[in-house]
Amino acid sequence: MKTLLQRNIRDRIMESLLVLSTIVVLLPLVIILVHVVINGISALNWDFFTQELGSPSRAMQGRPTGLVHTILGTVVIDFLALFLAVPIGMGAGIMLSEFPDHKLNPTLRIMNDTLNGMPAILKGLLAFVLIVKPMGTFSGLAGAVALAFVMIPIIARTTESALMSIPWSIREAGLAIGLPRWRVVLSTVMPAARFGLVTGTLIAFARAAGEAAPLLFTSFGNNYLPNHWLGMLLGPTDTLPQRLYSLAISPYSHWHSMGWAAAIVLLVFVIICFGTARYLTRKKT
Amino acid sequence: MTLDNDTSINGSKEARELLRRPPSALYRWLGDRIFAVVVVMLGVSIIALAAGMAIVLYGEGSAALRQFGFLGFVSGTTWDPAVQLVFGAFPFLFGTVVTSVAALLISFFPAIAVAIFTAEYAPRWLAAIIDNLIQLIAAVPSVVIGIWGIFVLAPWMRDNVYLPIFTWAEASHPALLPILGNPMGYGMATATIVLSLMIVPYTTALTKDAIKSVPVEQREASRALGATKWEVIRMAVLPYARGGILAGAILSLGRAIGETMAVAMLIGNKNTLPFSIFGAGATMPSVIVNEFREAVETLHLSSLMAVGFTLFVIALIVNLAAAYLTRKFSIKGGQVV
Amino acid sequence: MNLIQSITSKVPTLPLFATSESRQASGAAEVKTSTGTNTAPGTGKAENKMRMETHDLSVHYGSTMGVRNVSLPIYDKQVLALIGPSGCGKTTYLRALNRMHDLTRGARVTGSVMLDGKNIYDSEINPVIIRRRIGMVFQKPTPFPTMSIYDNVVAGLKLVGIRKRNVLDEVCERALKQAALFDEVKDRLNSPGSSLSGGQQQRLSIARALAVDPEVMLMDEPTSSLDPQSTNRIEDLIHELKKQVTIVIVTHNMQQAARVSDKTAFFYVGDLIEYGPTNSLFTKPKEKRTEEYITGQFG
Repeated sequence: MKTLLQRNIRDRIMESLLVLSTIVVLLPLVIILVHVVINGISALNWDFFTQELGSPSRAMQGRPTGLVHTILGTVVIDFLALFLAVPIGMGAGIMLSEFPDHKLNPTLRIMNDTLNGMPAILKGLLAFVLIVKPMGTFSGLAGAVALAFVMIPIIARTTESALMSIPWSIREAGLAIGLPRWRVVLSTVMPAARFGLVTGTLIAFARAAGEAAPLLFTSFGNNYLPNHWLGMLLGPTDTLPQRLYSLAISPYSHWHSMGWAAAIVLLVFVIICFGTARYLTRKKT
Repeated sequence: MTLDNDTSINGSKEARELLRRPPSALYRWLGDRIFAVVVVMLGVSIIALAAGMAIVLYGEGSAALRQFGFLGFVSGTTWDPAVQLVFGAFPFLFGTVVTSVAALLISFFPAIAVAIFTAEYAPRWLAAIIDNLIQLIAAVPSVVIGIWGIFVLAPWMRDNVYLPIFTWAEASHPALLPILGNPMGYGMATATIVLSLMIVPYTTALTKDAIKSVPVEQREASRALGATKWEVIRMAVLPYARGGILAGAILSLGRAIGETMAVAMLIGNKNTLPFSIFGAGATMPSVIVNEFREAVETLHLSSLMAVGFTLFVIALIVNLAAAYLTRKFSIKGGQVV
Repeated sequence: MNLIQSITSKVPTLPLFATSESRQASGAAEVKTSTGTNTAPGTGKAENKMRMETHDLSVHYGSTMGVRNVSLPIYDKQVLALIGPSGCGKTTYLRALNRMHDLTRGARVTGSVMLDGKNIYDSEINPVIIRRRIGMVFQKPTPFPTMSIYDNVVAGLKLVGIRKRNVLDEVCERALKQAALFDEVKDRLNSPGSSLSGGQQQRLSIARALAVDPEVMLMDEPTSSLDPQSTNRIEDLIHELKKQVTIVIVTHNMQQAARVSDKTAFFYVGDLIEYGPTNSLFTKPKEKRTEEYITGQFG
């Protein structure tokens, strides 16, 4: 039997170990953030937001280069993906929560979780086969579809839990005044769950916006702005995460610093999305 | 309040008529019919998507799988897209398993420690900050961690860790050198370190949920025996939460297996065994990233798809295991943003 | 407990019903306790016709039975109270009256519910129409969380496509007046429904149900979550409302049943034990279990 003193000492040791572990886990995060901010800020300038990237020689000759085509491409592809994913994801979430007796629901739940757990790169392969191959070209559309595959299961899951958190009595109250179910869902349940729905969509959006893997062989990348506005949808298009990857593994030091700048833009965007999502979650409760 | 005696409605004729009139078909049955059909179709499209992914990957990889056989494909150690056109995915399978398991082993105890610290020790405000930071780890895009790894972590590890160990081994234990491998900075060790950081949030989140679901009586019972705080955690909390911890670990493993960009940027990309600790290697996702855009041969493309199919199967097994465990131990949330 | 004691002490003598009687009188209605019918207000009709009727109505949940073979008449412009210990099936029965079980997982209804001679469970009957004719108010107030007071009241109209502003305004005012809420909220119709107090929210729920002009109103323990003052207001309201609509009310409060209802049905473990005019059921129960319940021997 240990003495009380020994037990208390062990207590203190364990507590110190816990604190130490926490620091060990969080320290790399802080270091990453500091490096990204320091290296990124110094590379951010007006050109970054207004110029095309062009060929490597452009940077080496000191001519202005930037990632305006990347930022535009990211916006187009991400929002197109959101536009594709929200109806499917929310529809499935509504099916799970508003038709709880549907016999396909257990299957849907398992399949949705399966899809959610699949590495994003496989979603890129799927979009490659479904869109790029038939179209015969890499395209922003294919990238958006790949990102939609990333968003859909997240939206479905968060929609289900947001709708489930609304008491069943609200639905009954709607039915009791002679509303059809679709009206009850669209006009009473979904507005009541709006914070949860927005939060889920934001999380899905931010998650997808940070993904590079599904875009590498769907939207592929492009050093220039398209000639035609449809070029972003129908031809190879640049996106921030994929461009960041290309810049980082390129041999040009000027491109490396532009990669850091892309990293800070991406990071700020993602943090804003997640921050808003967390804020809304707290506001809801 | 004056009320009409004859009819239940009092009010204008217009209102009366509008109320008497039955709502249009859209509001009686048609709308609900359409709504149900649309919603179920959207739900079914997710089922189709998940099933379609398996079918497409298998279908596209079938040329390679037929040529080498599934077992032959996953056990083949030669991956030569240039000369022989022989494709065996074992090096990537090996790389994935080794890096993921190693990352899980490295991150397991610190991740649980963070959960215990925030749930049991830290004051509320501090716990909230730590919580947010842990979630932020999951939120940082993989490529951002990748660029940091390339320009900061890898050179630093090479100069301060790998090279000293390598020179030490060179001088006193030359037999270790093949195991250690070439300390260039980009390799299995660096990829594993980054992976272990990236999967911490998943173990932490599920562990914390499990700890929070431990009934108060459970703690009080052991506290009543005169247990110290750590003893309460050790005796009452952790045994009760072991299901959640296990589920979190499996979920983390699943994330590690699928993690693509940071690994592809840091692992050094080498297609042939043997891999060494510091030396370059490859994982299933990293080989797809690195070779898919350049693949021209049909068999090469098909082999990469077959790698994707293998990755699908492994991720499926791991995810189903995690789902089974979360359900079995009824851990409610476990959601990482 | 003191509620039940007060019932047991007061039932044999009549003072408990005095308020009820006087209210009836002021409402120009007269209770003939012996026959259990009353004259409709002001119309001079001798007897109320039967508005609804259930035949052998049973509700199953999976393999368990919630309500067994209940046959009951529901008279026009009267209040029927359903009483009984909790879990006796009174709420289950009530919810069968406007097909609310359509939504309940695994619930199955057999038998028939007749409304004006038609079975509402017939396949060609549309549940949406049925629920517009048979409204319902729940235990807890259920204002639609994101809607204003105004939008809450007219939800049953606006959300099925009635958009004429003057009609909506008119119906809103009428319904709020019927629910005795108008004066309290007329200056803030655009503030959210959830900003009201509990009692006001419940009256808002009643106004919302009344807005679509139902013929029958089902009330599931409408005062169980309210304070005594709000309870009083709702009970007063029921007295006013029954001039216009038929009311079925579930209550666990026997005093309330005695105060507001014309007929009472006593349920026990899924069975209808006794049905009759309220005051005769409370003063001269025929069944032993009814007597035991109203005298507080179990509950």
